[in-house]
Amino acid sequence: MIWLILALVAWLGGWALNAWLAQRGEVRAVRIAVPVIFGLTLLVIWEGLVRGFGVSPVILPAPSTVAQTFAASTDILWIDFQQTVIKGALRGFAIGAIAAFAAAIAIDRSKFLTRGLLPIGNFVAALPIVGIAPIMVNWFGFDWQSKAAVVVVMVFFPILVNTVQGLNEASAMQRDLMRTYAAGYWQTLFRLRLPAAMPFIFNGLKIATTLALIGAIVAEYFGSPTRGMGFRISTGVGSLSIDLVWAEIAVAALAGTALYGIVAWIEKRVTFWHPSQRR
Amino acid sequence: MKSLLPVLTVLAVIVGIWYLAVAPMNVRVALDQAERGGAVVMPEGSVPRRDVSVWRLMLDNAEHVSVGYALERPRLPTPAQVGQELWKTTGEMVAKGRPWSKRGLLYHGWITLQSTLWGFALGTALGIVGAVAIVYSRTAQLSLMPWAIISQTIPIVALAPMIIVLSSQVGIEGRGVPKAIISAYLCFFPVLVGMVKGLRAPQPAQLDLLRTYNATGLQSFLRLRLPASVPYLFTSLKVGIAAALVGTIVGELPTGAISGLGARILIGDQFGTPLAIWSALFAAAVLAGALVTLLDVIQRLTLQRMGMAT
Repeated sequence: MIWLILALVAWLGGWALNAWLAQRGEVRAVRIAVPVIFGLTLLVIWEGLVRGFGVSPVILPAPSTVAQTFAASTDILWIDFQQTVIKGALRGFAIGAIAAFAAAIAIDRSKFLTRGLLPIGNFVAALPIVGIAPIMVNWFGFDWQSKAAVVVVMVFFPILVNTVQGLNEASAMQRDLMRTYAAGYWQTLFRLRLPAAMPFIFNGLKIATTLALIGAIVAEYFGSPTRGMGFRISTGVGSLSIDLVWAEIAVAALAGTALYGIVAWIEKRVTFWHPSQRR
Repeated sequence: MKSLLPVLTVLAVIVGIWYLAVAPMNVRVALDQAERGGAVVMPEGSVPRRDVSVWRLMLDNAEHVSVGYALERPRLPTPAQVGQELWKTTGEMVAKGRPWSKRGLLYHGWITLQSTLWGFALGTALGIVGAVAIVYSRTAQLSLMPWAIISQTIPIVALAPMIIVLSSQVGIEGRGVPKAIISAYLCFFPVLVGMVKGLRAPQPAQLDLLRTYNATGLQSFLRLRLPASVPYLFTSLKVGIAAALVGTIVGELPTGAISGLGARILIGDQFGTPLAIWSALFAAAVLAGALVTLLDVIQRLTLQRMGMAT
């Protein structure tokens, strides 16, 4: 009972604190503090509800239990992280991004190809491509190569479509200016069109970060060496070590957020001139 | 219409490459089968062949390459094989008068469609409610918006098995509800972002005008903000329904479901029938295309009725 009351108090207190902070105006500290307090409040409520209702740890462990498991099994988590994120997701992400980028630049020289590929690319980007995971595992074996292959296919089309769209972003006026400078194709590409395309390219990259992790984890459900986050999650659910599963989920969440954050940070450095980055 | 010819050309090129790729992908299996049939194959036995490159094999056994185009369990089926399998599991079933047979894709597509639509409805509702809260409350904006973004960077597939375990422990029978929750999770974000943009689309002058009419907050919401957000809503609904379908199939993949397109993929993997996997994949693609097209038509009709067509 005391835990339920605590959860309720945390909910009201957190919200009141946030409401009060939100009135303080557009300070940087407030913009960070409010979502952090909101997240902490949710954790306290989760803890309170699990303890208050006496939920079995086999069904839903409390955040404190998950944190203990996390701290106790960092070595397993690190091995899985290496296998899934660094070997599978990041390599696939890099190969897919470079391939899509090269393809976009190649396509871009032909109006005909652009018009033909954009609708198809847009369509394919909306498809449930994760379904190819079993095929890739069949083709490339159980280790990280098959995971990377799934990731390559998944990230290829969003990045391709966004890059092609971005390359058309420079206005006719700007292109004419480059022509008056007697700039050639490559000069125009590097000095004008690629920089102008950067916001679009980064948009595609950001979408792709999440897809990369999804692809790498799902592919592990279809066969993997005895390590990896997807492997640990599917076996963990079977053997009822749910707290370890939640620790893996926490790692996945942290890795996803960190990847996204890194891409967003690079975007900020590269497209500092864009209106959306201005203060 | 202008881009019809380029699209068809590109499609033809893709199909052409696909046909070419079938030969090297299937040559090993094809040679195994030809050898079992009594034919003489250049390096004899499948074990020695493993060290020979596929190109070498194709050159030495040119007359057996065609076997690879008609395998029962190919590594890479031809487009025609996939088409036949699709027809066999949909059209033929209808012709036989058993359109809802559990061996047909119509039944599995219907299961997937149901979960997708439930998830889509749930996700859209959550997205719209969240957007309204964010537009009207600064506290909600500051607390919810960063978490909405973070929620999308969390790979949902990691959570999918947990959602299924949890909902079965809570006493929810079947897979419909957890699948719908997963697809709602993927679907709510585009709707939320689109609706926040849409509800903020009216200019201050327009909001001020309504204030001079002495309109209440509710009235200005219903008469101005909501109609102004409709074009944004439809754009994000199209993204959302595609995401919802992805979510449903992800929900069906790792969890031992027995019905649904994702389950067909899983079962095809377990029983080693690649044609079943490929036909389920294409059925999912057709379903996604149909759903997005349907929303596109509704969008056009609605915007025309509202006088907002562009």
